[in-house]
Amino acid sequence: MMNCREATQLMSDAQERELSVTERLSLGMHTVMCKGCHNYQQQMKTLRKITRAYAKGKNEHTEK
Amino acid sequence: MTANPQNKNTPSDSGNLLADGDFLEDIRRQMLRFATLQLSDSSQAEDAVQEALIGALKNAGSFGGRAALKTWMFAILKNKIADILRLKQRTVNISSLAHDEDEEADMSELFDRKGYWQADERPVAWGRPEESLRESQFWIVFEACLDGLPPKQARVFMMREFIELEADEICAAAELTTSNLHVLLHRARLRLRECLENKWYLKGERHDELS
Repeated sequence: MMNCREATQLMSDAQERELSVTERLSLGMHTVMCKGCHNYQQQMKTLRKITRAYAKGKNEHTEK
Repeated sequence: MTANPQNKNTPSDSGNLLADGDFLEDIRRQMLRFATLQLSDSSQAEDAVQEALIGALKNAGSFGGRAALKTWMFAILKNKIADILRLKQRTVNISSLAHDEDEEADMSELFDRKGYWQADERPVAWGRPEESLRESQFWIVFEACLDGLPPKQARVFMMREFIELEADEICAAAELTTSNLHVLLHRARLRLRECLENKWYLKGERHDELS
């Protein structure tokens, strides 16, 4: 079975390219069983939202 | 699909914004940090920021509100940086990008020998991640985490996520293969995620005292 290090690489790659069917299947099996990687997967989406918001100047509140 | 050209804010609103020294200084500082990291050349970065600011002053009338103005200033800056990076492709100093040897040590902090999460590094669920975006303190933490990335990772991460360059453009600008790029992005994300979790989400998503 795929380990967490490989799983996290694939989750990052998924933001760059389409994963193959095999990759998606083995990643899916991993994240079902691994709570840490399941959380990581959610957080990758959040991270992208955060950085896009940051780039768009949503950190407006840094003003007083 | 019809864009409404009639902005309800009057031109003087954004005129006032540009007369607001604190607002301008704040945005200039953010732009400069961003440009410097991307270009690794402080004078080129100063120039790019200066041009973006001048462009903003010229068109000040057409923007209502801070967020719109800031978004637009960053958009100009991103375009300038993208142009400069494309021009720079051939002159990138390879040695400055060559090695990140301590990366393996980095990975072994997170993963055990078999490649599974170290017990104390396993990602935990983040409470309400979206709500953080409204908190000013969160952005201070986020910037600190970005600053903590190794320069090469920070650079490709920002090219990808902030400037939204395509992979082939980044590879050309940074002289990387696609798989190098994917590895660097992965590591940047690992580190950023870890930093945000430790410095923000594990602290109840709020810490008013910043020591």
